[in-house]
Amino acid sequence: MTASPFIHIAAGLLAACALTPATAQPTNASAQLQRWQASAGAPADAARGQKLFNTKAGNDLSCASCHGAPPTGPARHASTGKPIDTLAPAFNAERFTDTAKVDKWFRRNCKDVFSRECSAAEKADVMAYLLSLKK
Amino acid sequence: MRSLHVLIAAAVLSGAAHADGNGRRMPAQVPKAYTQECASCHMAYPPGLLPAASWQRMMNGLDQHYGSDASLDATTVRALSSWLLANAGTYKRVRAESAPPEDRMTKSRWFARKHDEIPAATYRRASIKSAANCMACHAGAERGDFDDDNARIPK
Repeated sequence: MTASPFIHIAAGLLAACALTPATAQPTNASAQLQRWQASAGAPADAARGQKLFNTKAGNDLSCASCHGAPPTGPARHASTGKPIDTLAPAFNAERFTDTAKVDKWFRRNCKDVFSRECSAAEKADVMAYLLSLKK
Repeated sequence: MRSLHVLIAAAVLSGAAHADGNGRRMPAQVPKAYTQECASCHMAYPPGLLPAASWQRMMNGLDQHYGSDASLDATTVRALSSWLLANAGTYKRVRAESAPPEDRMTKSRWFARKHDEIPAATYRRASIKSAANCMACHAGAERGDFDDDNARIPK
């Protein structure tokens, strides 16, 4: 009998997970790379992506400031300290599976770091870099 | 019977002790977008800790949000704004003063009074980063638990 509250909690958690609605078409990091390469009309370059990822721009911030260098483990927001889940898709299967979310964060974070939006070619490069990071 | 009385007395006392904190609590219903959008970068602040005027200004300028682009689609902005405004300023100390400078709760007079023993350097510790990182010291901050007894300043 002592186990029953735990069973209920576990059942509740499972139910909560099952009820979470899918918010967008499922996708993945490779599909994002294809999308941006197609949009840029040129193949991506992981080395260029790595350089961009680590570039500190006007606000003394780089992508790596919040995502880590390399972004293969949990990181922390540079100004608030809030934990940020691992970015590289090989280390976090959740990443890049929601196109709306991907577009939103690229837009916001490129503005934070470079004070402008990133081009499709730049996003393709960064995506190629992130995909090159393997366990 | 005696133990029942003790229990009741304890319940009443704890109720009184927390009465001051009720306005700081996170509302029972928190929109999913609040957690997803706002709490990606910082803790989910209980809306009662800022006045409605501050939330309104903040939601009108999300593209320049304390140095970050936190812009959102118009529908989400509207939904979050109405929830924030409906739950704004419930903390009695927020109601007792005007909107804080830059609409930062950390620049409220009540915040300064309650933290007057904390040197500025403490906030700069790597484990804290800024005074706005409530959770660094108040583990229950996202629920609105800012009780001194539960606060612990990390090294």
